[in-house]
Amino acid sequence: MPKTTLKRVHGYLAEFSGAGDIYHAAEKVRDAGFQRWDVHTPFPIHGLNEAMGVKRSILPWFVFFGGATGTITAFLLCYITQCIIYPTVVQAKPTNIFTTPAFFPIMFELTILLSAFTALFGSFALMGLPRFNHPLFAAKTFKKFSDDGFFLCIEARDPKFHQAETKAFLEGLGGRNIELVEDEL
Amino acid sequence: MATTATAPVSGPPRILEREPLVLNKHSYSWITNRVCGIVENRQPMIWWILFVPSVALFLVMAACFVYLVSTGVGVWGQKQPTSWAWDITNFVFWIGIGHAGTLISAVLFLTRQKWRTSINRASEAMTLFAVMCAGLFPAFHVGRVWMVWFLAPVPNANAIWQNFKSPLLWDVFAVSTYFTVSVLFWYLGLLPDLATLRDRCKSGIKKALYGIFALGWRGGNRQWNHYEMAYLLLAALSTPLVLSVHSVVSFDFATSIVPGWHTTIFPPYFVAGAIFGGFAMVLTLMIPARSIYGLQDLITMKHIDNMAKIILLTGTIVGYAYCMELFMAYFSANPYEGQAFQLRALHGPSVWYYYAMFFCNVIAPQIFWFKKARNSLVWVMIVSMFVNAGMWYERYVIIVTTLERHFMPGSWRVFDATWVDNWTFIGTFGFFLMNFLLFIRFLPVIAIAEVKGVLPQSNPHFDEHAERGTHELQPDMMGADSKPAAAH
Repeated sequence: MPKTTLKRVHGYLAEFSGAGDIYHAAEKVRDAGFQRWDVHTPFPIHGLNEAMGVKRSILPWFVFFGGATGTITAFLLCYITQCIIYPTVVQAKPTNIFTTPAFFPIMFELTILLSAFTALFGSFALMGLPRFNHPLFAAKTFKKFSDDGFFLCIEARDPKFHQAETKAFLEGLGGRNIELVEDEL
Repeated sequence: MATTATAPVSGPPRILEREPLVLNKHSYSWITNRVCGIVENRQPMIWWILFVPSVALFLVMAACFVYLVSTGVGVWGQKQPTSWAWDITNFVFWIGIGHAGTLISAVLFLTRQKWRTSINRASEAMTLFAVMCAGLFPAFHVGRVWMVWFLAPVPNANAIWQNFKSPLLWDVFAVSTYFTVSVLFWYLGLLPDLATLRDRCKSGIKKALYGIFALGWRGGNRQWNHYEMAYLLLAALSTPLVLSVHSVVSFDFATSIVPGWHTTIFPPYFVAGAIFGGFAMVLTLMIPARSIYGLQDLITMKHIDNMAKIILLTGTIVGYAYCMELFMAYFSANPYEGQAFQLRALHGPSVWYYYAMFFCNVIAPQIFWFKKARNSLVWVMIVSMFVNAGMWYERYVIIVTTLERHFMPGSWRVFDATWVDNWTFIGTFGFFLMNFLLFIRFLPVIAIAEVKGVLPQSNPHFDEHAERGTHELQPDMMGADSKPAAAH
């Protein structure tokens, strides 16, 4: 397959030696005013959101509405079928709104079910997954992120990005194996 | 470790030292190699020795179900009045086993019990396989298994709708929701570890498959932020869910008017029993697995000790429930209730099941008051086996011995299991073990990313507080010479 030789700079990738190191580096990158950057680590580091200035995830809002949809769906499903379409008197229970307590288990289960689906797929949407192709995967050292590598990547999209200065900045923070990551067009 | 606990330190007084969650100060890459190695290397001979009979038993189970479907539910031993027998016993038994997995993954996560990290993956897998085994029994118990879709609320040609007021339908919703949410939770936890396996594969179909299921995970903190929130939310959703599932299972009995079933203690009693039986199964699986695959540094004696304590606690709760049932039978002054328990515990046809249950579930775990017993793998294994058996007896006692002596003495009949009952149940163990062995073969048995996260050096302030030695940071973990040089 013919490949183009055109490449676009994705950003600079720097490796740090541990959780503490990358935490302090992240604080400095944040204070330098960068916007388009991320820290890639094998596990979530406690407090890194604050060190990076990342806001709290908005996922709970999604899940709230997902769960509410579940509750309402379950209530309507039970009420419409039991009290309107196909009323059956069993267990001496009435076939009107006062039967609702008998629907609580179903309402509860569907609330949980739809909340859980929203939590998983909502988080995928917020995380931008699935995304199988990413310029970082072409970087030489990046594979280590899922083992014991701690990486910081400042993207070229960032308004403060400067090819020479950003590299020097990352070196100054103590980054090793600094690599210019390119995106094949 | 003992020396540093007493070493003189300056500054604020040292808090009691905790045992490290990962022994021998292993590095991140050691954890990756050890856990991924299980998947990447050839399986030991013992894996095949277990796998082949498991598949054989699974086929026996399948054959039994084929025989049942082609002949009729009558091939099982239940006849009136014992219309629920081994099938429902096995259903409640397996679904209960699943509960420990969710307890470990969700409840212990919410309570910030960091020791859960090295056992949660395998326990959650165990949950899924146990629920799969459980689901088979009610599905085939309905008789015409091809009509089982009538349980789902879809419009059908007869314009009949399900009875949403029935605990049996609640059960359908509870168990199917439980299974689905457990799968989602498990998959979310697997995501970073699938990425690890993907990054270690050179090429080929394995890399493609791990890659597809890892969804292109890059471990960016902007991803971890949402990931951790999703994990927290799923844990918070699974916690009431797991409590609800066995409560709803107990409603199948408690909302009926059968003496011996019609009690309000059932939901908490069932939930405690489920966690009790589930932890025994976790230990039954993990104690062999940790020695076969050399995971002693990750699943430490501390983990086993903790699980033994939970077994002791929940076993005692179950024992309390047994006694309270007897007391309420006396105290209610209801002659039917009193008779049901006299037949169950004193002079019914199946009293031996009652004593076996009482011994296995209440007496046997009491040995865990002693640290020596909790720290001896042999004793832990023996007690776990007792509990596994005891929890099956418990469900048998509740279901079968109650129905054997129904209201009308004229219809009394002692239940007799057939060979199909026996082999279907034995076969589910093959199905369960086969699934678990395949899980060990293809997926990381320990949550790699989570275990890395609880290492002391994963705390970003580890270096700064090294000399202060708070219990969380464990100052001796990296030592003076192995401490990474300051980068700036």
